[in-house]
Amino acid sequence: MNIGAEAALIRGKWLEEEVIFKLRYPKLYRNTILDLHLRKTRTSHEAKLLSEAKFNGVPVPSVLFINPEAGLLILEYVKGPKLRDIIDHIKLSECLEIFIKIGKNVGILHLNGIIHGDLTTSNMLLTEKNEVFFIDFGLGEFSNEVEKQGVDIHLMLRALESTHPSHARRLFEAFIKGYSSVRGEEWKEKILNKVREIRMRGRYISERRESHKQSKGFNNLS
Amino acid sequence: MEDVTIRSLSPKNEMNREIIVLGIESTAHTFGVGIASSQGKILANVNSIYVPRSDGLHPREMAEHHSKVAVRVLKEALETAEIKLEDVDGIAIALGPGMGPCLRIGATLARFLSLKFSKPLIPVNHAVAHVEIARLTTGFNDPLVVYVAGGNTMIIAYVEGRYRVFGETLDIPLGNCLDVFAREAGLGLPGTPKVEEIALRGEKYIRMPYVVKGQDLSFSGLLTYAIRLLKEGSYRLEDICYSLVETSYSMLVEVAERGLSHLNKREIALTGGVARSKILTDKLEKMALLHGALFKPVNPEYAGDNGAMIAYTGALAFAHGVRITIEESVIKPLWRLDEVDIPWRK
Repeated sequence: MNIGAEAALIRGKWLEEEVIFKLRYPKLYRNTILDLHLRKTRTSHEAKLLSEAKFNGVPVPSVLFINPEAGLLILEYVKGPKLRDIIDHIKLSECLEIFIKIGKNVGILHLNGIIHGDLTTSNMLLTEKNEVFFIDFGLGEFSNEVEKQGVDIHLMLRALESTHPSHARRLFEAFIKGYSSVRGEEWKEKILNKVREIRMRGRYISERRESHKQSKGFNNLS
Repeated sequence: MEDVTIRSLSPKNEMNREIIVLGIESTAHTFGVGIASSQGKILANVNSIYVPRSDGLHPREMAEHHSKVAVRVLKEALETAEIKLEDVDGIAIALGPGMGPCLRIGATLARFLSLKFSKPLIPVNHAVAHVEIARLTTGFNDPLVVYVAGGNTMIIAYVEGRYRVFGETLDIPLGNCLDVFAREAGLGLPGTPKVEEIALRGEKYIRMPYVVKGQDLSFSGLLTYAIRLLKEGSYRLEDICYSLVETSYSMLVEVAERGLSHLNKREIALTGGVARSKILTDKLEKMALLHGALFKPVNPEYAGDNGAMIAYTGALAFAHGVRITIEESVIKPLWRLDEVDIPWRK
C-alpha cells in the first residue's frame, strides 16, 4: 500500500485479477465541497483519459471499475518500478532509448487529442518487457490546443531539470526525437517553439538574455 | 604527560572562527540591515517597510523611502549589535531578485561601505536568503521550502548543488493575488491579512477556478473570478474571501504535497511574508501529518523581507569563499535562485 500525494494505491485481487485500487482520499486540509468536487472530477476524468489512451495503443493500465463519488478507480496492476527511482541507476544509453519511447507515446497522445498533464518520471513505470507505462492522468484533459501540448512538454522538461538536472538536456533531446518520429518535423518545430515561448514568459529571463548572446541552452536543440 | 593543544595557523583555520557579516536588504518595499554570524547568531535585525499609497506599488517612491531611512537603519543595527563597521568581516548585499530602483539604493550603500571600510562585498540572492533563514530558524537540514510572498510563490528544494524550483506560479504570486483582491474590495493594506481576517467569518464555499498545472500554479484566473463575484454583489464578502483563501491556499498545499512526495523530503518549511498566515500554516501542518513529515513555519520576525537573512546568508557564503568586487556587484532584478551555487551545502 502506498499513500501518494494524490491518492492511496492498494494492491490486491479483484475478480481474479491483479489490480490496483486507486483511492483519492479526502484531504483534511481542504474545504469539503472543494475536496469532493476535485476527487470526483479527477477520478472520472482519469478513467476516460486512460481508456482513450489505451484505445490508441499507448501503454497505460486498464480501467476495470469506477466509483467517482468515492474517488475510487480499480486499475490493472502494471509491474515495474517508477522511472524516477531507477533513472540514476541505468546506463545513459538505455535511458536515452527509454526517452525516445516516451517521446513516441506522448506524440501518440497529443496526436489523439490527449494531454497527460503531469509528465514527471514519478508517473512512468518501466516493465520487464522494457515498456514505459504512463500512469496518473488525474491532471490530464482532452484537447488539441498547441498551447496545452506545449505546456505538457514544458512541464516534463521542468520536471527533468529539477529532479535529474545533470542529464536533463540529453534526455529531452531523446524525447524530442521520439516525439517527432510520430508527429513529424513540422509539429516538432511548432511544439519546440511553443515550449520556448512558454519558458520565456517571465520566468526564464536568463534564457532570454542567453539566446541574445547565442550561447548554449535548450533554445538550440534541433 | 600534559595534553598539548596544537593550534594550526593555516588559512583554513581563519574560516573556522565565527564570521560576522552586515547584510543589506532593499529588493522591494523593505529596507533592512542585519548583522549575523556564520554560526547562526543574529546580532541585529532592523527593518523599515515602505507603506504604499492604496493604488499599488511605485518602485521610485519605494527607492526614495529607502534612501531616506538607510542611514538611520544602519546606525540602529550597529548600535543594537554593539559592533562597529571596522569590526565586521564583510558586507553582504541582496543584489536581486527585486525592483531596479530599490535594489540600487542598497547596492550603492553596500559598495560605499565596502570601499570606505575596506570590507569584502558578498553577493546574496534574496530568495536563497529566505530559504536559509528558514533552515536556520526551523532547524531543518534538508527541507522542502514553500516560499510565499507578495512578489514570489515557489516550492524549492536542494538538488545537486543548488536550490531548484520544483513548482511556482505561472502568473501572479499568491500574496499578490490576495493583495490585489483586497485593494479592489477596499480593504486597505496589508491586503493578505485583511482578506484572511474576513475569510474567518465566511461560511459558504463558492466554487472558483482551481488551477494546478502539474507542479505549477496559476492565480490570475482565480483573481479575475473573485473580483467579478465581488462586483456582481450576489455573494457576501466574507464568503468570497473564504472561498478565495481556501482555493488559493489549497492549490499551494497541493503542489507542496506533490513536492514532498516526489522529492522524498521529510521536512517542510514555510517562508516569505505569507508565512505569518495561521490559515496556511494550519493547512501545511495537516498535510505534512498525512505524509509523516515535519512542518514548521519560519520565525515570524524573519518571515517578511529582512536584513538579518541577508547578513546570515552572506556570512555562510563568505565562510565558504564567496565574494565579489565592486565592479562585479551589478544589481540583478531577475536573478533566479537556481543560478546560484550553494557551496555551504556540498
